[in-house]
Amino acid sequence: MKNLNDPKQLLVSAIESGTVIDHIPASTLFKVIKILGLDRIKNQITFGTNLDSKTDGKKAIIKIANKFFEDDDINRIALVAPNAKLNIIKDYKVVEKRVVAVPDTITAIAKCMNPKCITNFEKVTTRFRVVSKKPVALKCHYCEKITDQERLEII
Amino acid sequence: MKTRSLVSIDDLSTEEILKILKLAAEFEKNPIRDILHGKVVATLFFEPSTRTRLSFESAVNKLGGKVIGFTDASSSSVSKGETLNDTIRTVNNYVDLIVMRHPIEGSARYASEISTVPVINAGDGANQHPTQTLLDLYSIMKTQGTLDNLNICMVGDLKYGRTVHSLLMAMSRWNTTFNFVAPDELMIPDEYKLYLDNLGLKYNETPDLNKVINQADIIYMTRVQRERFSDPMEYEKVKNAYVLHEHMLGETKPDMKILHPLPRVNEINPDVDSNVKAYYFEQALNGVYTRQAIICTLLGLK
Repeated sequence: MKNLNDPKQLLVSAIESGTVIDHIPASTLFKVIKILGLDRIKNQITFGTNLDSKTDGKKAIIKIANKFFEDDDINRIALVAPNAKLNIIKDYKVVEKRVVAVPDTITAIAKCMNPKCITNFEKVTTRFRVVSKKPVALKCHYCEKITDQERLEII
Repeated sequence: MKTRSLVSIDDLSTEEILKILKLAAEFEKNPIRDILHGKVVATLFFEPSTRTRLSFESAVNKLGGKVIGFTDASSSSVSKGETLNDTIRTVNNYVDLIVMRHPIEGSARYASEISTVPVINAGDGANQHPTQTLLDLYSIMKTQGTLDNLNICMVGDLKYGRTVHSLLMAMSRWNTTFNFVAPDELMIPDEYKLYLDNLGLKYNETPDLNKVINQADIIYMTRVQRERFSDPMEYEKVKNAYVLHEHMLGETKPDMKILHPLPRVNEINPDVDSNVKAYYFEQALNGVYTRQAIICTLLGLK
């Protein structure tokens, strides 16, 4: 317990190998968990939320043991955690740092804001083309209407 | 996509559009042909649209094909709660092509992804109606001899008018100059102006039709609907400002033509109908030739 004076270390313990996702807005932690399917895997996961952050207000952090993400997978969280930072851990050491990027297309994550869109009537997998990355604006593949950041809902 | 469908005008390249217009001109010369002999086309109209449906059915009949379908959702299994997915998966077993009109936006794209036969979008809510756009283009091409460098004056409801937006997007491929004539409440949305700006195309907005009418090669009239106004007083103020009368046509260009997607209510005074510049009924006839061309193109015939 040599890090007893570091509150972060106490709140979420270190992992030997795996991925740490930091700088997740506290308000979207559970969306990130859902998007990455962390609620359905067997790996050891620890997370902390409502932690104080110098830059983000209240933030959350997730540590997933023995799990490494492909870019395409991790970029799916960019919609709800655009400033998230990944630390890839091996042997307790950070071996790589990554940031997330909003992908060009978004599939099966976001809900179309248009109440008259077919995706809100039948079981259709939503698909969007990203027409703007900051702020995020998504054009629905089906009804062709734009869903912007303000009206963005995660399924 | 396993088969070729027509959902949005943007699905077609400029070359493909011109090919369809050329084929439509051939059908105009000789509309009765037995090209669709033995073929069956479904017209699935989940909401009524008599004009569009009859135009499609006329096009199929003239080509020797057969039509099956329904004219509104209450006479189909939709009223029993069947999903669009199931309707399409069933009907595509019976036919060679599906023409579909549906009130839900994006329904045609979805149907085209499920269907094993081509789907033609005959209107999906406020979204797309590409065959209307193609028949508008055909009418413009036929009356002006070209699509290049024309001046198009769009009048009426430019905010919600689906046909206006699609025609604007399509015509922007041919260096068109636009005049937008509408009350403030119904002016063309910013996203379309931005689109034209990015292409470097010229446009002008005015509430006064008389100011720009004489520059026009094409006047595209649309209906100003009372229910679009939040304030009924506003409607009363502007409703007569967007009505075309015969006496306004005196100084217009000799080859200018007036188009209207129809139905018209009162935005074109009947005294215009007998003027040689009135073209809206011929435009409707052009719809049959254009749809013949679209059907044959999607089926890979001719």
